[in-house]
Amino acid sequence: MTTEELKQFISLQVPETVFEEAQFLNAIVDGSKAHAVLKTLREHPETDFDYLFCESGVDWKEFFYVVYHMVSRRHKHTLVLKAKISDRVNPQIESAAYIWKTAEMHELEIFDLFGIKFINHPHLRRLFLDDTWGFPLRKDYVDETNIVSL
Amino acid sequence: MGDEIKNISNLSASGKAAAAGFPGEVHETPGGGIITSKLDDLIDWARSNSLWPLVFGTSCCAIEMMSTASAKYDWSRFGFEVARATPRQADVIVCAGTIVYKMAPVLKRLYDQMADPKYVIAMGACTISGGPFFYNTYSVVKGIDHIVPVDVYVPGCPPRPEALIHALLELQNKIRTETPISGKKKSA
Amino acid sequence: MEIDQPAITDTGDFVINMGPQHPSTHGVLHLKVTLNGETIKNIEPHLGYIHRSIEKMSEAASYRNFIYLTSRMDYLSAHMNNQACAMAVEKGLQLEIPPRAKVIRMLMSELTRLASHQLWWAALGLDLGAITPYFLGFRDREEILDIFEETCGARLTMNFNVPGGLMYDIHPNFAGRVKTFLKNFRDHLPEYHQLLTGNIIFEERTKGVGILTPEDAVSFGCTGAVARASGISCDVRKWYPYDGYETVQFEEPIETGCDCYSRYSVRIKEMEQSVKIIEQLIDNIPEGEFQAKTKVVLKVPKGEYYVRVETARGELGVYLVSDGSSNPYRIKYRSPGFSNLSALNTMAKGNKIGDLVAIMATLDLVIPDIDR
Repeated sequence: MTTEELKQFISLQVPETVFEEAQFLNAIVDGSKAHAVLKTLREHPETDFDYLFCESGVDWKEFFYVVYHMVSRRHKHTLVLKAKISDRVNPQIESAAYIWKTAEMHELEIFDLFGIKFINHPHLRRLFLDDTWGFPLRKDYVDETNIVSL
Repeated sequence: MGDEIKNISNLSASGKAAAAGFPGEVHETPGGGIITSKLDDLIDWARSNSLWPLVFGTSCCAIEMMSTASAKYDWSRFGFEVARATPRQADVIVCAGTIVYKMAPVLKRLYDQMADPKYVIAMGACTISGGPFFYNTYSVVKGIDHIVPVDVYVPGCPPRPEALIHALLELQNKIRTETPISGKKKSA
Repeated sequence: MEIDQPAITDTGDFVINMGPQHPSTHGVLHLKVTLNGETIKNIEPHLGYIHRSIEKMSEAASYRNFIYLTSRMDYLSAHMNNQACAMAVEKGLQLEIPPRAKVIRMLMSELTRLASHQLWWAALGLDLGAITPYFLGFRDREEILDIFEETCGARLTMNFNVPGGLMYDIHPNFAGRVKTFLKNFRDHLPEYHQLLTGNIIFEERTKGVGILTPEDAVSFGCTGAVARASGISCDVRKWYPYDGYETVQFEEPIETGCDCYSRYSVRIKEMEQSVKIIEQLIDNIPEGEFQAKTKVVLKVPKGEYYVRVETARGELGVYLVSDGSSNPYRIKYRSPGFSNLSALNTMAKGNKIGDLVAIMATLDLVIPDIDR
């Protein structure tokens, strides 16, 4: 599928998607609608995005993005989907672990470092740090004892 | 042994009591009497030449430690042949790699499980002071001397195998100055 | 740190800890293994014992400095990590690097790949109980490290890449020493096959062990030799060529056995392909500049950039988010070991605990790469 066809496909699912032209096609959807779009993108034979190669979180101070980079090995097209989470107090989003198995561990890492809860994740736990740490990769994380500023 | 004067009358407390009524001057010689000092030498020689390291490497310095153990920079010619995986049978722990807050209790536990006499070599900049991971990091322990007492520090990131061998030889020199039996100070 | 009380359930299952200090976990990996007798029921990896917060540190460093933290991430392919970060900054600045720098970067990458695979082979022999491969693997690796030391100044964490090209030019002895090394390595490679490949004990321990089906390999996001042994073609140098790889001829070794022995064969063949690439390049290094002109303080324009590189373990991705200032806003490293480790549970279910050691040895994990 070309970029235009992908845009139309996604706009059919979620009409209020915002598109950006960057290195790959970026599509920004709201966090509550992301799971349905991802499932369709994975299962529909025209798009067939079977390889999620990167899932990351970005903190933009007023909201979070969970960024999914995916590629289709058969059709050879790449897409970046960003799910926007505006709630900073209790951020949550539906988990993609049953769509791609690799999302399981990536989401554990995002939960550990950002605090975004993933609903319906098989076993959400903190991966690198323990329960007494805050969420270090947030921009408002302050740690007087350990961090020596440059 | 240096240039100490050996004097049999300084061997034990009873010897001192005998010397109290001795007409003339009695000088205490450092280093103890001849039997205990020779025994000290023998024990130090045996200990320093057969230190068994513990297999403990967390990150990049572990690769240079493995290089030191292999054929080009062989450390087994100095006695470090048998690297044990269990701390109960090891003498020296070459702490190679960064220690983070989650790993610190593990290191302390391993150190406690080792039997005396035990020694610690801090290999690499990360174990001395946090190394390259000093600024803006929330999880690195800035120096393992906050956790265990260290005998020899080896700087470098990572230190060359020759630097590690130099540290091992320094540790051997340090052990040769110990006096396990007589308990008196000895010069190297 | 909680202390686990081993308890045997009604079905006879019990949980043991493997690691973090263990001779064969290739770093500090803590596995909670649920066993029934000697058969594995479930494996749960616990990470974080070497989590050095490299991503947070990169946000405070400048665009020139953050590259050097990544050499310590997957330290056996340090050059390729640095190359990925330099390429991300170059993509942001839309900088074109001179041809001499491209060829030398390729040469260094292939030498690093050879050194990493030699250490993998050495550690594989040691884990399975053979001591001789350890010494032979390190003997060959030391020759490569000597070449690196003469040119880059360091043996393991050689920080040779800058955004724009290379930091210095290569030493005049470089080409001669590499040719001598290649000749020696070609003579030594039959020894590798003699010791392990045709060995009946090795074959019994690795054939049929640790099966990973192709669908699982794609779903778990496995890359590198792990995916190639299951029949998935995924070499970044072929699919998304970078820094001059489109000009060299080499093959991507693919096997369909899906077990440990296939992963082993794939890596041995990768070593042979690396030698082929080096032979094509070593006599044709173009003359010219080794570094493109850049400003002293780099400011990448606002945007997001994703760059991928084939390290010795798989695909390393650098996702750089920039907001226009002189420090990166967010950097995410997509490490190959992270995804390969997530497939461990599927691979090891139903095998014995001795097979777990063979599976981990052929997965070729470097734990600081996973923990970052």
